[in-house]
Amino acid sequence: MPVISYFILSAILFTIGALGVLIRRNAIVIFMSVELMLNAANLAFVAFSRLYDTLSGQVFVFFVITVAAAEVAVGLALIVAIFRTKQSIDVDDMSSLKR
Amino acid sequence: MTSDYLLFMVLAIVAVASALSMLFSRNAVYSALFLIINFGTIAVFYLLLGSPFLAMAQITVYAGAIMVLFLFVIMLLGAEQLRKEQTLIWQQPVAIILGLILLMETGYIIYSLSIQEGILPSFNTFLSDYGSPTAIGTLLFNEYLLPFEITSVLLLVAMIGAIVLTKDQKR
Repeated sequence: MPVISYFILSAILFTIGALGVLIRRNAIVIFMSVELMLNAANLAFVAFSRLYDTLSGQVFVFFVITVAAAEVAVGLALIVAIFRTKQSIDVDDMSSLKR
Repeated sequence: MTSDYLLFMVLAIVAVASALSMLFSRNAVYSALFLIINFGTIAVFYLLLGSPFLAMAQITVYAGAIMVLFLFVIMLLGAEQLRKEQTLIWQQPVAIILGLILLMETGYIIYSLSIQEGILPSFNTFLSDYGSPTAIGTLLFNEYLLPFEITSVLLLVAMIGAIVLTKDQKR
């Protein structure tokens, strides 16, 4: 299996994630698209680390996974807090700084 | 070699299809479930690339913990049904055009990389302990000890932040 196919797949997944961030208006779905982009980058990391026969890329993916876990916890807490004040998680409703 | 190729193609199709269904499904719960399928296929890709530790971490942390958190919040807010009307009509076509441009750019970069370095090599043979938990743990606790410790502080900060943000204001 040539390693280049993994890069192409990673690029396609990253593009789908970026499209999700741009198209969708639901804050939770936008968050999920960001997770998809992180996963595409992780896949490229692992493929490169396989290509150059080094483990550093895999350790980096491990760090990315932990940071993603922390990011999701804080981000979902923010979404819950916004939902309490605005009764909506549509990003078009979050256009003003006031309540 | 051909069975390897077949496995990769089937998994790649499943990954792209589940990502697209995540993008276009109207219900946020379905989006979350499609994303779990996608994470599962990526875990299998990690196994194919010789990193069983990361595959297991992907299943437990991403498909397990993170997506359960997503489903909890979707059901807690009861906001899974999405509003139909778009306020910005031009936004969707512009986003699709920009996405296609991004895909073409990355494709061109990968193409030029493969031209530049000759053909990107196929994988070398496996070392016996490549990507094993022992090898990754040794690397993590020797070369990457400081980032590892900083990660623990980051997780603590995230935990405290989530508690503070969702705390009821009026006591």
